[in-house]
Amino acid sequence: MAAKQKQDAGITHDGVFFAQETLQEMHDQMLFIRRFEEKAGQMYGLKKIGGFCHLCNGQEAVCVGLNHAAMASDYIMTSYRDHGHILARGADATAVMAELLGRAGGVVKGKGGSMHMFDADKNFAGGNGIVGEQVPIGLGFGFSNWYKDDGGVTICIMGDGGINQGAVYESFNMAALWKLPIVFMVENNQYAMGTSLDRASAETQLFKRGISFKIPGMKIDGMDVLEFKKKVAEAIEHARSGQGPILVEAMTYRYRGHSMSDPATYRTREEVDEWRTGRDPIARLESQMIDAGLASEESFKQKDREIKKEVAAIAKAAEAQPEPDASELWSDIYSDPIAGAYPYPGKVG
Amino acid sequence: MSKITYREALNQAMAEEMARDKNVFLMGEEVAEYNGAYKVSQGLLDKFGPKRVIDTPITELGFAGLGVGAAMTGLRPIIEFMTWNFAMLALDQIVNAAAKMKYMSGGQYSVPMVFRGAGGSAARVGAQHSQSLENWLANVPGLKVVMPSNPADAKGLLKASIRDNDTVIFIENEINYGDVGEVPDGEYLIPLGKADVKRAGTDVTIVAHSRMTGFALEAARELAKEGIEAEVVDPRTIRPLDEQTILASVAKTNRAVVVEEGWRFAGIGAEISARIMEGGFDDLDAPVIRVTGKDVPMPYAANLEALALPSVREIVEAARTACGRA
Ligand SMILES: Cc1ncc(C[n+]2csc(CCOP(=O)(O)OP(=O)(O)O)c2C)c(N)n1
Ligand SMILES: [Mg+2]
Repeated sequence: MAAKQKQDAGITHDGVFFAQETLQEMHDQMLFIRRFEEKAGQMYGLKKIGGFCHLCNGQEAVCVGLNHAAMASDYIMTSYRDHGHILARGADATAVMAELLGRAGGVVKGKGGSMHMFDADKNFAGGNGIVGEQVPIGLGFGFSNWYKDDGGVTICIMGDGGINQGAVYESFNMAALWKLPIVFMVENNQYAMGTSLDRASAETQLFKRGISFKIPGMKIDGMDVLEFKKKVAEAIEHARSGQGPILVEAMTYRYRGHSMSDPATYRTREEVDEWRTGRDPIARLESQMIDAGLASEESFKQKDREIKKEVAAIAKAAEAQPEPDASELWSDIYSDPIAGAYPYPGKVG
Repeated sequence: MSKITYREALNQAMAEEMARDKNVFLMGEEVAEYNGAYKVSQGLLDKFGPKRVIDTPITELGFAGLGVGAAMTGLRPIIEFMTWNFAMLALDQIVNAAAKMKYMSGGQYSVPMVFRGAGGSAARVGAQHSQSLENWLANVPGLKVVMPSNPADAKGLLKASIRDNDTVIFIENEINYGDVGEVPDGEYLIPLGKADVKRAGTDVTIVAHSRMTGFALEAARELAKEGIEAEVVDPRTIRPLDEQTILASVAKTNRAVVVEEGWRFAGIGAEISARIMEGGFDDLDAPVIRVTGKDVPMPYAANLEALALPSVREIVEAARTACGRA
């Protein structure tokens, strides 16, 4: 009897059962991303990470919920706010940190940095720094799923600012016209840099943006990992079943500024606190699990200590790596060396 | 004269021109309430109000086209691209519309406007955010391309660009925004198409624009220690190019090094060295040498980034080679 109870331990959310191990895994992954981003912020402060660095604190449930719903063979691509997504996809965290530090063992050999994380083995296609750019690219991945008839789905993520780019609508139309298996997903964190949604969008209900293309829309709470996982799985199933694209609006919030250089004075403390303390996805899952008798405050504290240690060790290991070899400057430009593309005869320096 | 930053000089230029001409307006991402991603438009919303300082959604192609249409009807738009990398989305409106509207309409329509924003490499921002694309734009008949290298030029050139009756591509440099210099107060205009000799010298001409002008001046100081007096010429306007000033300098020094941050292939240096060959061949005692950014997408890693960019050392070495002192 006791054994059976243990097997059945879990939480049923809106008709979907989440086993205890799954819940713990989701929790640990979200907490790992949170601590990883905090470490990245710290390393940026120490000038060990340079350039632009966009953290996803607050948006962890979207990253983790999505990856619990998608298959490993599905394609995912996003913007420059990519650390959480590539980690949730299962990329090697040391390689992600090494990339932030511009080290040889980075996910893209130190060539891309924070904004350009890729992991082709995990079907994670960036890491795209130009706002909206990944949307037509995602269309192409979805086209490929359809062309090869491989049963795969493409999940193409953009921001609430990115959804205003014209190419998004060209993509919506083609995706719907050809019934491509694509989940377009807007991470609506309410701001595009310093511009709040209502200052940039005539229609602020972003899930409706596909209506004139006959793309159905879903608005999902992106601060509740169970709800998000459940609903996004339905969206993915819709695309996989041959019914064409679907648009998901993930309601979420970024706790930090747009990038490390943004003091975020365009929003109030109260607003940030409301999300941070009132709707935090990690705290929420923790209390759900405690209420269900699946974990204790102490077990979470212990877990947090372990994760913090793990992240510190990762940062240390990544930092110990060498910078990329100077020859890497000239590699990966073309598939074959092309005359004229490499150091010029008689070049200076 | 006041000591102000490059950023403040640009701000002053816009504020003065907006006060002078009610048809001038500023539009772009984060230009109003955020006071500009790089704070170039600081205070302009407060001064001129939301009808003339306008935040846009992230829709470069759309608002670039808005600028073209508004300019065709007599307004004087300043369209800010947060950086020129993002203007790639708007190239259709810039190249296919703004640049050719006057010609296509047989002179009936002009497009008197400024597209402006930060160009060139910033620090550690990788391949998509570190590009010098002035050669693409300068290649297009109908566009003027302006690139100030210091605060005073930034002010004088931007004011002249706003008043210009054609489309001006005004490329600022992110790393230069904080540079401080003496800038004339009030009315100060620098005509487009006039180069400036930033340092006089007799032994070698170094032509360099935008941030590379500073590199060239630093190289000149190094070279002076070895007894090589370099003349540094900043074209300031890439198109129309002030060939006369460059050729006059080469006629004096008989040697030339052309520096640019952008890629070597079909770059600005290729154009300038061809002009020197065409117009100053007999003056040359040595081949023109180009110092450029390496022909690679900008890498993120600090060591690789440093290798990708032109350096003062490379300019010094090129000048020595040109002078037969390598
Ligand atoms: C085409 C283009 N324009 C402008 C930028 C500068 N920029 C970078 S992120 C950003 C805001 C994007 O906001 P959103 O799409 O909501 O994504 P979030 O940062 O909130 O994840 C802007 C304007 C850019 N990278 N690319
Ligand atoms: Mg956003």
